[in-house]
Amino acid sequence: MLGWELPPHNSGGLGVACFNMAKALARQGAEIDFVVPYLAQHPDVDFMRILSATSLDPIHRYGGGSYASMQIDAKIIPGLDTKPLSIRDVQKRYCQYVRKYLKTHKPDVVHAHDWLTYEAGILAKKQHHTPLVAHVHATEYDRAGMHTGNPLIHEVEQEGLMLADRIIAVSESTKRIIHQKYHIPLNKIEVVYNSLDENYEKSDYHFDTSLYNYVTSLKKSGYTIVSTVGRFTIQKGLPYFMQAAKLALAKNPRLIFIFAGDGEERNQLINLSAEYGIAKNVIFTGFVRGQKLRDIYSLSDIFVMSSVSEPFGLTALEAAHHGDALILTNQSGVSEIIWSALKYDFWDTKKLADEILAIANNPALSHTLKNHIQKEYHQISWTKVAKKCLRVYNNTINYKRGN
Amino acid sequence: MRAICLYLHMHQPIRYREYSIFDVGNSTNYFNDDYYGRQSNERIFKKVANKSYHPMLNLLEKSMLKHPDFKVSLSITGTWCEQAEKWDPELIAQIRRLVQRGQVEIVGETYYHSLAFFHDLDEFNAQVMAHQQKIQALFGVTPQVFRNTELAYNDQLAKWAETHNYKAILAEGWDKILGQHSPNHVFLPTGCSNTKLLLKNYRLSDDIAFRFSNRGWTEWPLTVAKYQQWINDDCLRGSLINLFMDFETFGEHQWVETGIFNFLDQFIDSWLSQYDNKFLTVSEAAEIEPPVAEVSMPETVTWADTERDLSAWASNAMQNSATQDLYALRPKILATQDPKLISDWRHLTTSDHTYAMCTKYWHDGDVHAYFSAYASPYEAFMYYMNVLRDIEYRLKNFVSAPKI
Repeated sequence: MLGWELPPHNSGGLGVACFNMAKALARQGAEIDFVVPYLAQHPDVDFMRILSATSLDPIHRYGGGSYASMQIDAKIIPGLDTKPLSIRDVQKRYCQYVRKYLKTHKPDVVHAHDWLTYEAGILAKKQHHTPLVAHVHATEYDRAGMHTGNPLIHEVEQEGLMLADRIIAVSESTKRIIHQKYHIPLNKIEVVYNSLDENYEKSDYHFDTSLYNYVTSLKKSGYTIVSTVGRFTIQKGLPYFMQAAKLALAKNPRLIFIFAGDGEERNQLINLSAEYGIAKNVIFTGFVRGQKLRDIYSLSDIFVMSSVSEPFGLTALEAAHHGDALILTNQSGVSEIIWSALKYDFWDTKKLADEILAIANNPALSHTLKNHIQKEYHQISWTKVAKKCLRVYNNTINYKRGN
Repeated sequence: MRAICLYLHMHQPIRYREYSIFDVGNSTNYFNDDYYGRQSNERIFKKVANKSYHPMLNLLEKSMLKHPDFKVSLSITGTWCEQAEKWDPELIAQIRRLVQRGQVEIVGETYYHSLAFFHDLDEFNAQVMAHQQKIQALFGVTPQVFRNTELAYNDQLAKWAETHNYKAILAEGWDKILGQHSPNHVFLPTGCSNTKLLLKNYRLSDDIAFRFSNRGWTEWPLTVAKYQQWINDDCLRGSLINLFMDFETFGEHQWVETGIFNFLDQFIDSWLSQYDNKFLTVSEAAEIEPPVAEVSMPETVTWADTERDLSAWASNAMQNSATQDLYALRPKILATQDPKLISDWRHLTTSDHTYAMCTKYWHDGDVHAYFSAYASPYEAFMYYMNVLRDIEYRLKNFVSAPKI
């Protein structure tokens, strides 16, 4: 398995997904060598072998510490001043390691996660004809809010997706993007949804309301708390959400909106809340994680995922775990497998406002949604994910043999 | 004598559109979605008319001209009539022709296809009366036999039917209640002495209504010969076969491509070609024999789902709260004596609305999802409550017209 990060050295959902998937696969009997681009300890991993492609600190796995495309450009535009180590350099070293590894090892199948590892996966295919399964957690289109994004990354994605024997997409909508934007035939793409981290459910988290006297007192006097969590980037569709907040507040002033997270749109959003005259009802928490993040889910009555494009959307399952009613855009992958939620198209601010008001105004709706989602999200499991992955491996291996 | 009692239910609800909270207080257009909208009653009615109402009525009329003994009973809701009058009056004319020939009997029910019997008896009576008047006006007859919405039946309803002089009442022939009896007889409801009970033979009915086109069914394809053999065998348990189903079985649930129309056409010929085989209307069926036994259903039984109860209409908090809030408004609504307001409110009693809020099988995406005009049960509830809010708003601001 080729990946870029594993907890605790992860910055986002990719590492968590890889960790849980590998763990569930191992439980199903798979023997896994997992290559990461850095050298570090992984105390929670005893179910597979972790191989370090470089001796870099995990912090440098995305190059000089950032994901900035400038550094990639620097590699192809001569004369441009280059930083000490770009993400392309890390990728090159990663490939070198994989090439060496393949001299002594012959895996049955290579499972590569996202564009960062596709090139290394292709090496294995060239050397041993090892079947390559490319797993798409997000495309450059998603990251760029449905614009083209960085052409170089697009190029790497394109090559990987074309040369892969089989593609796993995290949702139907991602599958559609792979088909429409990368022109990959639909029958080469399999959809395997993510699931909620089981440690997340098992943790002994306890919600202490005394830490949130202000919001709790508002709730007691009849306020409904509506929250969203994520990076404040174009992908998340937050300005639309702010507009819906304005519409909803005009009908029902007893609403509090919590925007948890940080990102390049933060100032714009703060500005918007002031411009709309709703700043008093909008709370910005800044970047949150761990206990604080769980507290926000617990405080909220409604969780909104307003993404313009969201390959999966794990935060929705986290919010469900903490008892929130969910409102999801039809453009999020998670909305394809969650039935007990209200849904809307990301641009339809009036409908979002309608849905927020309906939950706030009808206890029966709020109660039914919360009740049903509790039963529903439990049915999604990593074991099911692993079984599906194994099926994809076996089909791919058999197909390759047949040819 | 062996008799088939073929009874078909004709109904289309008048669906409320995606009525936004921002419409409340601004618009009283609850029921007219854009023609291409998801809840467009006109578009849906015309679609079903083409696929089912027209071809099926033509088939029935042709068979009736060919066989003067071929008879059918129909229950037609008021909401269906309203829409047919508006968008396809030829349907009404054709049914009237068949009624006048004496080969179609119309069954009584509630005008709005509601479950008012279980919530408000006065409202129920008013809706049955409204239906009677509508049927009299359109077809020139008064129903003699009663069926409640979704065949929802219990002993109280039978008593009600007796006090209102109905010859018979229709119900589901559910094994759990019938015990050793077969549904192929005339029964007497507990507590009644005149009104008879006719029970649906659900196996033979569902062979056509649900299983006909199912290729996973071991008996697929169902041929006329095979089906006739099953009926012959079943007649050993009693010689009245009650085939009760939706009219739309023909053409809408089972598409023309499945061969359903040919099947029925040939079956009618084949059945009547045998000596002493008959088709009876529901009131004729009630009189072919004295009741063989008394049947009691203290708990309500319906023809829906495997549970045969009312849970598809009243099992979650949304459904219960919507129903409660709706019926609580009744006294104030009637007090206004405003025909538009009363009619709008009554259209909300249609049971299809609460059915759309059912979450029982929602994650399986089965029939409940397939037949729903809304994206989810939650949205169905949300828009319904918005409409109810506007009706309340109108009530608050209602000023009665000055008396002249």
